[in-house]
Parts: sequence; structure tokens; C-alpha cells
Amino acid sequence: MTATPVAAAAPGPGRTGGTPSAGRARGRLEPWIYLAPALLVLAGLMGYPLYQLVNVSFFDYRQPQVTGAEPLEFTGLDNYARLLGDPEFWTVLGNTAVFAGGCVLATLLVGVLLAVLATRLHPWVRTALFLAALGAWATPAVTGSAVWLFLFDPTLGLVNQVLSGLGLSGFEGHSWTYGKWSAFGLVGAEVVWCSFPLVMVTVYAGILAIPQEVLEAARLDGASAPRLVWHVMLPILRPVITTVTILSIIWDVKIFTQIYVMTGGGGIAGQNLVLNVYGYQQAFAANQYGLGSAIGVVMTLLLLGTTLVYLRALRRTGEEL
Amino acid sequence: MTAACRSAPARARGWLLNGTGLLAALVVAFPLYWMVLSALKPRAALEAGDALPYTTEPSLDAFVRVLSVEGFGRYFVNSLVVALAVVGLSTLCAFLAAVALTRFRFRLRTTLLVTVLVAQMVPVEALTIPLFFLLRNLGGAVPALGLNHLGSLILVHTAFSIPFAIWMLRGFVGAVPQELEEAAAIDGAGSFRFVARILFPLVAPGVVACGIFSFISTWNDFLFAQTFIISASENQTLPIAVLGFFRPDENDWGGIMAGSVLMTVPVLIFFIAVQRHLVAGLAGAVKG
Repeated sequence: MTATPVAAAAPGPGRTGGTPSAGRARGRLEPWIYLAPALLVLAGLMGYPLYQLVNVSFFDYRQPQVTGAEPLEFTGLDNYARLLGDPEFWTVLGNTAVFAGGCVLATLLVGVLLAVLATRLHPWVRTALFLAALGAWATPAVTGSAVWLFLFDPTLGLVNQVLSGLGLSGFEGHSWTYGKWSAFGLVGAEVVWCSFPLVMVTVYAGILAIPQEVLEAARLDGASAPRLVWHVMLPILRPVITTVTILSIIWDVKIFTQIYVMTGGGGIAGQNLVLNVYGYQQAFAANQYGLGSAIGVVMTLLLLGTTLVYLRALRRTGEEL
Repeated sequence: MTAACRSAPARARGWLLNGTGLLAALVVAFPLYWMVLSALKPRAALEAGDALPYTTEPSLDAFVRVLSVEGFGRYFVNSLVVALAVVGLSTLCAFLAAVALTRFRFRLRTTLLVTVLVAQMVPVEALTIPLFFLLRNLGGAVPALGLNHLGSLILVHTAFSIPFAIWMLRGFVGAVPQELEEAAAIDGAGSFRFVARILFPLVAPGVVACGIFSFISTWNDFLFAQTFIISASENQTLPIAVLGFFRPDENDWGGIMAGSVLMTVPVLIFFIAVQRHLVAGLAGAVKG
């Protein structure tokens, strides 16, 4: 990795030689002067908090300790032991896995299907689809959650009125956020709505980049449309799909705003808690800052693991840093 | 394949495909349409559960109510101040860092690049707890940067915008030919002069795109606004204002939707402005 010239780092065609001449005498300090502002900010507001997160997770840190009424006590791995011994933690972990997994699968499915569809649409229809997707993509999580909540409101929501209007009984005043999985489903629908556009646009760009000759050759050999998609296009698109899959995993595991807003901070009796909201509530609602930090550490490790898998996947596809 | 030589079944399939595409576009766009429509419906109709997909008497009452009674304008300005400050600070830091990482070779360069990549994956939400205490202590020394002040949001968002911005700007800065720098050096321009006078204008489009991404992520933030601005309601930002319309029993849906429209429109405009860079930027950010 270190041996590659800098020129290889920047993507995009049409570049003419960006390789710095190796023997050129440059001040050794110079790059560090340019780096200083960014490094200072990152060290202070990301590095130090990250260190503190781990640090606090080893202490019994609650309201009395915050105000200084009781001394800080180092408790080692106690917070983690408490966490692992708490059935609620495992429920929350399971919720997170099922919810994030469902969101990732649905996002990929919708995104890829619509991308394939988009390549075969009339330009006007395609523009309409992309504009709509752009709108969903741009919508802030808070306002998106608000609109979806309104659409699914028990009494005033459009969905229940249409369903009752169609003659389906039981939807009058039906609460979509009352049942655990119904609530997760509703939040998941909002998440898919605002995150499938990234997948669609990226995969669409990937499909356009496939050389026409390859597809022509496969067609001449008599490949049917499904076979063309499955055996020719998908293998070529694998790097793109890997990238969006891992990005989706990272984003969906971290979902906070939608759950917090749509289920009112974690649902009835905390039935809709995911790891992120759980940690937040433990810290800021129950003042268990040490325990909250331990949850944060667990979450960071999980995501770090995913990121490493991601980096390895990229390395395998021949990307260079 | 032109339309003329298509067989009848192929044409029928074309209609079916385009019909499906159009339907998908409508479904995807519908929540946004419903948001705008509900903001324009008269309050009485909305509270009676009017499910008509149009309104014959659009009214701006909800917007007036939101802007005057609830002091939404103030929150709007707060959000704008925070977002613009973050854009300025984070793009400046990121641009300089991108210059160092693409135009110099030095020890630790690769390590720093990997760090930048990993920094993008750090679960920001988990850092809320230590950041809360850090900002509380900072507020003791510099009140304007502490809890309950906009400065706290600016600081935190600047930090979290920088890794993505560096990653994205790297491509733009690296694309400027080295010969240009050598020519500038022959003409007697020092390194700083070259960066400020020649490099910066050349990568301006990238800087703008990058700035817009920082703007959007800051503008949309809910978590930090909720955590760090606890008691100073005059320093709240838009997301909290929108949530303020949720009442335990009687949600003011007209107000919520009008507030949502006001919050969504700026982002939508910016998004359309940078849509060309979206894929390129993400590809750069994601794949390096």
C-alpha cells in the first residue's frame, strides 16, 4: 500500500500526472502545518471523547458522581458484566440485529430492483423516478419520520382511512406503533424509503458502466433476461453492491432519530429499543453514564468489525488507498 | 432497437415496465406530496381527518402559526447559523488536510488516510456521553462553546464533518496536475501562495459540493441538538422545534407539516444542486 504513488489515490479519469517528484526537497514540517487544524479538531472532539468513552465505561458513573456528591469508583469490567447479565440487553441486541438486518435487505432489494428497472424506462419516466428518489433521499430524518407518523396516525392518518374505506374492518383507529413488530415495520418502511435511493443511484451508475459488448455477447449466446442479470451483471456489479451493503449495515445499525421520534424514545415499555437508543436512554434518562458508555463501546466494536470486513472486501477488489 | 421494429408483445412489456416505473415514482414521492398538502390544508379539515388528495381552499395559516406563534423563525436562524459556521470551518480544515494528504509524501500518510476512513464509521451517537461532559467542562471556561450554546453544536458538527470532507476533497485536490505547481514555483510562488491562489480556486466546485454535504448533515441533526441544548430554548434548532408540535394528546399536524416543509425545502434545493456530485462523491468517499 505504501509503495503506490500518490497519483493512484485519486479517482477519476483525465488526470495528468499528479506524482510529486520523489527527490524534491520539501520542508518535512509543511504537510503537518496543513494537517494541523483538522488534526487538532479531530483529536479534541473525536479522539479524546473516544478515549473517555472507554474510560467512563470502567467507572461507576451516575448522578451522585457527576455532581461530586460521591467519589468516583473504578469498577473495572462491572458495567460490562452487568450488561451481559441483563436479559434486556440481549433483547435489545436481538432487536437491533433483526431491525437493521431487515432494513438492509429491504433497502438493497428495492434499490437494486428499481435500478435495473430504471435502465429500461423511457427517459421521462426515469427522470420522474430519480427526482422522487432524490426527494426521499434529501428529506431530513426528523421530518420524514413526522410525515410517516402522520400517514399512519390511528385516527387522522390516510392509511387507516383508505384501509377502512376499502371495507377492511379493524383498521379504524388501529395503532401501528402499538405492536412491537408493527412499530418496527413502520420505522423500517421510513428508513427504506429514505435510504434506497443511494443504492438505486449507485447501482444504476454501475450498470451503465458495464460495457455494452459484454451484454451483447451474452444476448447473442442466447442468455435470457434473468440469466443476464444473475450471471453477467451481478458478478460485474459485485464491488458496487458490496460497498452499498456494508454502508447500509453501518447506517442501519446506527439508526437513532427515526426510532426515537416515531416510537417516542423506544416504544411502549421499551419494546422498540435498539442499541443506540438504549445506550442513550441508560445515560441521559436513567443517569447511568458508565453503563451507557459500556453500551457505546460494544456498539463501536461491532461497527469497527464491520468496517474491517469492508476494508478487506475493498482490498480484494483491488482498490488502493 | 427502435419503436417501429418492436413486436406487439415487446411494446406491451414496455408499457408495463414504464407503468411500474411511474407507479414507483408516485409512491416514493407521495409522502413529500402529502407533507406539503397537509401544510396547506385548513386546520379544521385536517383535524376532521380529511383524506382528500387535494384541497380546494389552500391556506397559509399553518405557516403563519408556526412562524409567528411558535417562534419558528428564531430556530430557523439558529439552524442556519450553525450549519453555515460548520460549512466554513469544516471545509477549510478538510481542504488543507486534503492538500497535505495528496500533494506531499511523508511518513504516517497511509496511517492517517486509514484513520480518516475509520473515523467516518465511528458511531457518533455513542460519543454523545463523553462529548456532553467535555462540552460541560468547556462551557466553564468558554461559555459560548459550552452546553446550551450554538457554539457547542458548531464544534461537534465541524469535527464530525471533517473526515468525510477530507475523503471527498482528496480526489479533487489530487486531480490538479503537478506541473501547475512546478510552474508556479518557477514563477516564484511559494507553497502557501500556490495553495491559496491557484489550488483553491481550481478545486472550488469540489469545495462547494463538500460544503453542501456538511450543511445537510448539520441541518438534519437531531441527536446533538436534543442533548446539548437542554434548557436554553432560545438556542434550539429546527428538528427540536418540529418535535415541539407533537403534543401528548392533540398533535398539531398542520403545524408539524408546515414546520417540516420549512425544514425540508432548503435541503431539497441543496440536494438538487449537488446531485451530480452525489455518486462521484460517494464513490470517492467510499472507494477512495
